[in-house]
Formats: sequence, C-alpha cells, structure tokens
Amino acid sequence: MSGSSFGFFGTDPWWMVILKAVAIFGMLVVLTLFTIWWERRVVSRMQNRIGPNRVGPAGLLQSLMDGFKLAFKEEIIPKSAHVAVYWIAPVISATAAFLAFAVIPFGPTVSIFGVETPLQLTDFPVSVLYVLAIASVGVYGLVLAGWSSGSTYPLLGGLRSTAQVISYEIAMGLSFVAVFLFAGSMSTSEIIAKQQPIWFAVILLPSFLIYVTSMVGETNRAPFDLPEAEGELVGGFHTEYSSLKFAMFFLAEYINMVTVSALAATLFLGGWLAPWPISLWDSANVGWWPILWWLLKVQLFIFMFIWLRATLPRLRYDQFMKFGWKILIPASLAWIFIVATARVFRDDFAFSNQQLLIAGAVVIAVLLIGSWLLQIRSDRKQAAIESEREQELLVPFDAMAGGHPVPPMPGQVLAYTPRRVLAAQSVAAQVIPPALDSTPTEETPNA
Amino acid sequence: MTTTDFTNGDPFAGSYDTTEGTVYNLGGGDWDSIAAAPEGENERIVVNMGPQHPSTHGVLRMILELEGETVVEARCGIGFLHTGIEKNMEFRTWVQGVTYVTRMDYLAPMFNETAYCLSVERLLGIEDQIPERANVIRVMMMELNRVSSHLVALATGGMELGALTAMIFGFRERELVLDIFEMVSGLRMNSAYIRPGGVAIDLPNGAEQKIRETVVLLRKRLKDTSDLLVDNAIWMGRTVGVGYLDLTGCMALGITGPVLRATGLPHDLRKSAPYCGYENYDFEIPTQTSCDAYGRFLNRIAEMHESLNIVDQCLDRLVPGPIMIADKKIAWPSQLSIGGDGQGNSPEHIQKIMSESMEALIHHFKLVTEGFSVPAGQAYVPIESPRGELGAHVVSTGGTRPYRVHFRDPSFNNLQAVAAMSEGSMIADVIAAVASIDPVMGGVDR
Repeated sequence: MSGSSFGFFGTDPWWMVILKAVAIFGMLVVLTLFTIWWERRVVSRMQNRIGPNRVGPAGLLQSLMDGFKLAFKEEIIPKSAHVAVYWIAPVISATAAFLAFAVIPFGPTVSIFGVETPLQLTDFPVSVLYVLAIASVGVYGLVLAGWSSGSTYPLLGGLRSTAQVISYEIAMGLSFVAVFLFAGSMSTSEIIAKQQPIWFAVILLPSFLIYVTSMVGETNRAPFDLPEAEGELVGGFHTEYSSLKFAMFFLAEYINMVTVSALAATLFLGGWLAPWPISLWDSANVGWWPILWWLLKVQLFIFMFIWLRATLPRLRYDQFMKFGWKILIPASLAWIFIVATARVFRDDFAFSNQQLLIAGAVVIAVLLIGSWLLQIRSDRKQAAIESEREQELLVPFDAMAGGHPVPPMPGQVLAYTPRRVLAAQSVAAQVIPPALDSTPTEETPNA
Repeated sequence: MTTTDFTNGDPFAGSYDTTEGTVYNLGGGDWDSIAAAPEGENERIVVNMGPQHPSTHGVLRMILELEGETVVEARCGIGFLHTGIEKNMEFRTWVQGVTYVTRMDYLAPMFNETAYCLSVERLLGIEDQIPERANVIRVMMMELNRVSSHLVALATGGMELGALTAMIFGFRERELVLDIFEMVSGLRMNSAYIRPGGVAIDLPNGAEQKIRETVVLLRKRLKDTSDLLVDNAIWMGRTVGVGYLDLTGCMALGITGPVLRATGLPHDLRKSAPYCGYENYDFEIPTQTSCDAYGRFLNRIAEMHESLNIVDQCLDRLVPGPIMIADKKIAWPSQLSIGGDGQGNSPEHIQKIMSESMEALIHHFKLVTEGFSVPAGQAYVPIESPRGELGAHVVSTGGTRPYRVHFRDPSFNNLQAVAAMSEGSMIADVIAAVASIDPVMGGVDR
C-alpha cells in the first residue's frame, strides 16, 4: 500500500478538522430528521395513507418537533435498573454511530477557504476495518441497555442483538474481502479510486448482495428487527427507555442506517463517483458535485430499507440465525474462494479473462444441473410422502386413535355398530329441529 | 360492620374487616408460585406477557416460562375486559339485551345479535314467522361481518408478525364493510340491528347498490392483501408448522371455527345445523389439512371469498317485504324514519299514537317501557361465527327480562388451545399461534 495516496490526510489545519467534524455531525443529524420523515411518507404512500404533512412544508419539520417532544418527556428509570450502565448505554450507541462516519468520503479534493482538502474527515490504510470495529462497539450500547434495564423484554432483546450483530458482522466482513482483493486496499478513498471504470457492485455482484442483506441485519431493521420486535418483545432493548435516552437510540438507529448505506455506496457503487450517463460529463467528478451523487446513492439504499419494511413480515429468531450462518456466511466463503482462485489464475498463471469466464460458465452449469437433480430427488420424496398419506386413509377409521374420540374426516367412515343404527332411528323418529338434538329446550323451571 | 384502618400511612388504602358472611380473598392468582423459581434453577425466565402488550389482541395476559427463547409453559390469564354484560342483561328487557350482546365479541356484532335473537325467538316459538326478507338481511349482514372480522384477524395477525402493510390493507378493506353497516343500521359497530322478530330497520335506498359495488371492490382488494402474504417465504417460515393442533386436540379442547377446519374437518354450523335459511344458499366449506397457523390463514381467506359469494346470493334473493314479525305484541312498535332532525319515529306513527288511537299509544308505551314477555323455558341456538360455534343459552321464567343469558363464545373456548399450540416452541411462535386463534377478548371476558 503506497503511503503517497494518503498525502492529503493528516495535513489539514486544526480549524479544518473541526469544521469537517462539525459539518459531518450536522449533516448526520439533519439526515436523520430527514430520513425519519422520508420513511414515514414513503411507507404511508405504500399503504394508501398520506403520512405527516402538517408541520412545516410537506411535514418536513415533523421529526424535529417529535424530537423536541421526546426531549421534554418525563424520564422514567426502572427501580431495578443498573443506573450507571443504564445511563452509559445510549451514549455508547449514539457516539459509535457518529464515529463511524469519520472515514466515509463524500467527494474529491476541493478547496475550502483556500486550503486544498478531500471531502472526508480522515482516512487510513484500514479504514473499512475501523467502520466494522466501531459498529461492534455500537452493539455494546444495545447489549448493555438490555442487560441494565432489569426487565425481561430488554434482556431478551439485548441477547438477540448480541447474537444477531456478531453473526451478521461476520457475513458483512466476509463480503468486504472480495472488494479488498480487487481494490488492493482497505482505505475508503483508495477503494473508490479503484472503481473508476466499473463499480464493484457489477463485478462482485454476490459480495454486493451479501453485504446489502447483512447490512439490514446489522442495523436491526425490518425484516431483521428482532432485537426490538415490537410484536414479541414490545420494544426489545429500549423498552424501558424514555425521553432523551430513547431519542439517542432512535438517533443511533437512523445514523447507522445512513452509515451502512454510505459504506455500501463507497464499497460497491463507486462512492461519490458520478453514475454512468452523468459520468460522461467532464466535470462530473470534480468540485462539489460529487456530494450530490453520493447523497443520491445513499438515498437509494435508504429507500430500499423503507421498501423492505413496508413489504416483509419479520423473521423468526432461529430462522434469521440459520439464514446468516448457513446461507450468507458459506456463500460468502465460497465466493471469496472463487474470486481468489480466479485472481491467482489470472495473475500467476496468465490465464486470460475469457478463459476464466468459460471456466465460470462450466462451474455454473454444473451447479445448475446439480440443483436440478436435487430438485428431482426432493420431488420424489414428496411423492412418497403423498402416497404414504393416501395409504393411511385406506386404514379403517379409528375414532380413538389419538386418545380422544374424533369424528370421521371426509372419506372416512365410522365402523359399523348396531347401536348407532338404533340411535339414528330413534333420533329420526323424534321431530326435533336439528340444532336441538343435544340441548334441553322448552323446560319450564318456574312455570 | 366495617372498620377503617389508617395505621399503615395511606388513608385511602384502609382495610375492611367483615364480621359476617363468607370472606373471599382475591389474590393475584398463582403468579407468586410461578415467579418463584425452584432452588438451583436459574435458567428459567418468567415473562408476564400482557395484558398491556402490542400482540395480545387487546388484554390477553400470557404467563410464559422461557428457557432461552423456548417456551416451556404457557398460561393464559383472562378477565381484564370483563364488563358484566351477561349480568346486566338480567335487568333489561329482551329487546334491550341486543344492545348488550352486540358489545361482546366486538369484531362480530351481527353474530352476537343473531345468536341471541335466534334463542329468544325459539323461546317465543316464532321461528317460522320471521319474514323472509329479514332472514336474508340477517344472512347478508352476518356474511359481511364475517369478512370484516376475518380481515381484522389477517390485519392484526400480520402486524404481530411484522407485516405492517398487510395490517393497513386489512383495516382499509374492513372500513368498506363498516361503511355498509353504518349506512344500513346507523352504526359502524355495536349496531343492535338484528332484533327478536326481525331486524331494526329496512335497507335504505341505495344500500343494495352499494353492497353490490363493495363486494366487487372487496374481491379485487382481497387479492392484493393475499398476494402480500400467500406463498411469501418469510410469512410461511413464521406460520407453517406453527401452532400445530390436530383434530384430536381440537376435539379434546372444544375448538371450533377456522382452527378446526384447518385440520381438514369440514365442520360448519351453517351446513350441519342451518339457521336463518342457510340451507338455501350455495357455498362451500373451505378446509386445510395442515393443522397450523398458515392453514388457518389460508382458510380465512377462502372463507372470505365464500362469504362474498353468499352476499351475492342474498342480494339476488332480496324481495320487498316486511322486515319484522307481523305479531304486534313482539314487533318493536316504532316506525323509524329519517327526518330533518335525524333518525326517529316517523311522523305518521306519531300522528297515529298521539291523536288517533289511544290503544296504539298504550301498546307503544307498554312495549317500549316494559317489553314483551317470553314464555318460561330455555333455549340454545348455536351459529357459526367467524371464530367458531357461538351460542346464547337463554333462560326465561316467563317475564319481560331474561332470567339468565349465557354466551358460549368461541374465543373463550379456543383460547384453551394456547398452551397446546405454543409449549415447546419459540416465543415468536406464541404470537403467531395466538394470532391464528384470533381471540377477541371482548367475547372471552364479556
């Protein structure tokens, strides 16, 4: 890794660092307010509703007002809470959420007050790992919140979030590996620079899909919102939180959404690089314009988050873990294996891209045939089960088979008993409406 | 007789010592014994889920004993919505009873009213005298109500499993049905529309047209809602094999309705013991064989389509005629109409009782204030509500008020299955299982 490309980082004057930090902080808070409003509006439209449209133009100030309201709410701390930890948990969550943004690039080098500086707070050779590390620290907030509340739902929510984030961080980290292999760097600005002709989302599509899936799990958003599954755990880890502390969790959740979206844009969609038709314009990737492309890409992912929430039910905890460990992680590993092999063949043995593509096509064909054969086998199994069921129906009906008398199902007949025939005749002989035959009527207790 | 003790510091929490009669101590159930973990056992968590919980269908309380995420024991606590409806009815006339029963299972008011009225009519011996038009309107209202109730089951079930859009869609469609109820009876819920002897008021002008249009719209929109969830991988993951209860379990616990039909038994009182002329309609009893929450969900969707078919047939069978029994000793004496100042007695009726016929005035007065008498006896007519067998056991001593009215509400019986369905499964499955039972606490606690 060449040190020269980091020339601009670490050389900013002190006021520039403060300026950038404050600007990022401000942008994240505003983006959070905007995202909350945007989510509510989009979900509303998807559900034939209107959504907040009263406060400010088109309801834009709604989330600001909600924030004020939240801050002025009474703060209730449960008696059984571990107060110090209970206090520190939301702080950890919110702080970590802000910190991760330090290495996200918004644009190329620009001139601010005569100083040439990149639109990025800082960067270093392992900055993507830094984002992963900070995300892990953020989880402590959720875990500690769940543990310190001294209540059952938060405890379960905290436990779930620990397991969830650990599992999905592995899948997330593995999805980065192919990017690192191709970019030859773990620094965000270098990775963007390497996507100049073509985005990694195109060449590393499986990595991209795995990342997009695991980022939803990482941020605890629907359909993976198990730590705060309101249908089961009321509010999960933040059940016992109120007022400003709750607001901090809320803020952290939305900033995390922006962070993972920004990371996805950086690693797979070329960061601040202009998308294709615009990139034909010469000055698309210089000056302040790239911030707009970056913002659009981030919004694309945020829209996807909202769309998912409006469409899908929540997964069950064990299914979710199974999905992470048995599908995402093995798929990630297999993909890394393929990418690494292909690179070795190309770089060390001088295979051409064409030969590699042919090899890839052969592998895919083998996989397809294999899955087709598996399908046939499972169909046969299904057919065997069906015929077994039909066999079961042929067995004479036993009303007491389950230990409690049951009526015959359609197609089954009760075994012949002479008493039933007699009973049926005697019932038919009485002229009683059918609904009455088992209930007493017209008795006269007090007549 | 009572002494008030202020020594504990709280003047408003004095103790009462009774000196005569039986002393009943009301404790908090067996919570203490559940919550106190046995010695050496600390893996177990006891969760008191509800009565304030987003997914317990109102105020159902579930006491879950968990090991990790697995439910070891599930118990239901009920009674948080007890309103004393059955007791209150003993102090009201037979007609006023309708206003009470409609508030029991508040998602299926028409069914409560019909169950009660059918029993009262059987006691009165007037079952054959109910006009055809009244019966058709009853069936139509009940089937529309079945659709609206199943829509709520779908909507709340969806919401509890995280499908927010399914929730909004369900409630949006239900609104269409409630609009019809409002147009016909004046009230969206608790309409007290079905009365002993017939129905309260005839369909207003334009109602038939509106119902026809709504049925068409509902068919289209039901497809949207079911498209969201049927064959949805996540939805199936959450519901297939969840809340399993087979025919034996249903029979042992007295479970009826969609839960029973999801085991494959086509038991439906509309077919097996028809009432209100159901034998004249052409419809199927949908069944599933999976015995699980997904089967119940599919069954409810199929039932909604069957109900809409029945509503279509009702509209075709509607012919002009009386909507109330001809017997003036039972029929509600007022002739309602809509005037400039809202709904009330029609001017002709007021003209007649106030200035033409003294007997009519006396008759009106006696029926409205005192009500009609019902011959002594008891009756129970079960009907098929959206949740299963619903019946009113009505006992009369021959007076103008019921001696006792007891409802066999399917929600109450079906709730017994919670433990059988959810023990051994995960905590999230409890939610899916309870949602698939679709209990309405108003009906459970009454």
